[in-house]
Amino acid sequence: MTDRPILMARHIAHCYRTARREVWALREVSLTLRRGEFVCLVGPSGCGKTTLLRILAGLLHPTRGEVWLRDQPLRGPDRRIGIVFQKDSLLPWRTALENVRLPLELAGRPGPEAARRAQALLEQVGLQGFEHAYPRELSGGMQQRVALARALAADPEILLLDEPFATLDAITRERLNEMLVELWERERKTVLMVTHDVHEAAWLADRVLVMSPRPGTLVAEIQIPFPRPRGADRWSHPAFLQTVWAIRQALGNGGG
Amino acid sequence: MHGKATGWSTRIRAGIWLPRAGAALLFVLLWSLVVRLGDYPPFILPGPERVAARMWALAAEGSLWRHWRATAIEVGLGLGLGVTVGLILAYPLAHWRLFERMVAPYLVASQAVPIVAIAPLLIIWFGPGLLARVLVSALITFFPVLIAAIAGFRQVPPEWRELFRSLQATRWQTFWKLEWPAALPMIFGGLKIGATLSVIGAFVGELISADQGIGFLIKQGQGLYDTPLVFGGILLLASQALLLYGMISALEHRWARR
Repeated sequence: MTDRPILMARHIAHCYRTARREVWALREVSLTLRRGEFVCLVGPSGCGKTTLLRILAGLLHPTRGEVWLRDQPLRGPDRRIGIVFQKDSLLPWRTALENVRLPLELAGRPGPEAARRAQALLEQVGLQGFEHAYPRELSGGMQQRVALARALAADPEILLLDEPFATLDAITRERLNEMLVELWERERKTVLMVTHDVHEAAWLADRVLVMSPRPGTLVAEIQIPFPRPRGADRWSHPAFLQTVWAIRQALGNGGG
Repeated sequence: MHGKATGWSTRIRAGIWLPRAGAALLFVLLWSLVVRLGDYPPFILPGPERVAARMWALAAEGSLWRHWRATAIEVGLGLGLGVTVGLILAYPLAHWRLFERMVAPYLVASQAVPIVAIAPLLIIWFGPGLLARVLVSALITFFPVLIAAIAGFRQVPPEWRELFRSLQATRWQTFWKLEWPAALPMIFGGLKIGATLSVIGAFVGELISADQGIGFLIKQGQGLYDTPLVFGGILLLASQALLLYGMISALEHRWARR
């Protein structure tokens, strides 16, 4: 299922400098994403997860270390990497369809073909009938579906998700997680998702990376061996609960 | 898209226009009551019917429209020029701190000096023609537009900028598809203030030097103690400010809805 490395971080460290002091957000992080993999990154809040994600997206230049996309160093944002932000990233003056179309427009692909693709993506995230709705008319969950469809619009190879459903209620989040897995299985993207929900990570991922509190570093890598599709009956499997426990232990050992 | 909204909007329209018309009627009634009770001579306080008659006479000889149009042209050009200059200056001022530090004090100083003090200078420099009056109007218009646009460009949320960066948008795309639409609601706020100021600017220009326009009418009325003409001129000015404000509100409704 997984094969070659597609995104690699080598000895990443990052320091935010203000006029008066330096804050080390990341100490030393090396990780490898292989093609088609679903990886979750968990860690206590403020451990530098978002910083790491922004570095992997090419939005932030690390103080030390480098990122490789396939066999080239990453110099900045790249269209092969799509991002879903935590919330409120939709443009309020654009309809759902126009928001999804944005990456295609910016890539110089306007017109009916782009509109068809945006339409198809909205259907895939279950939003047919809401094409012409403005973000303010959509619920938080629907807005994040649009954000996900938008991230997929330019057909990236890698999807980076920064706690995409963290602000939603538990039931909506579960439904969106199921949809995300379906999309991932169909589109065969490589996914790295930041979350602070241990259950969510264990249920979604092939592999869970655990970070320590700031300055963040990777303290554990836990393989999730369960076959897919993983149903709702996971709660009754002792093995699943053991995995959740193992992740929680790793988080605890990091000092959090 | 708004098919079922028409019934509502006519009802809302009636809900807006009925109180407005009512207030206008009440105002006219009070006005004529004051004139009648106080028994003021027409050159101090003419009644509404005298003002209406004076305007009617002016309209009949064809000069009402000529004066109204002369001022409207100055207002339109002044506002257009002021808005253009304001918007063009706003972008570098919002993004380029050094430029802001160099220019901002002078912009503020230019606004601290009353426009009536600068207007004679402009007329000395550019002659008594249309240009000077347009410049007076533009000079007073551009400032609120500039300030609003700077604030608008600066308040674009960093998340959206990050999104555009991640999508590798060009500078032009970032301006046209992000910064401009994001700033538009604030720009419209400045535009509404600028619109009313542009009428004042054109009027000040006409007071100082003009052979037509509403300012010219009012000055003439003052000189001849033709007070109904002065009152009529004031109403004409108000009509232009209101018309402009209404047009900008309509544009805002179409372009900057959220």
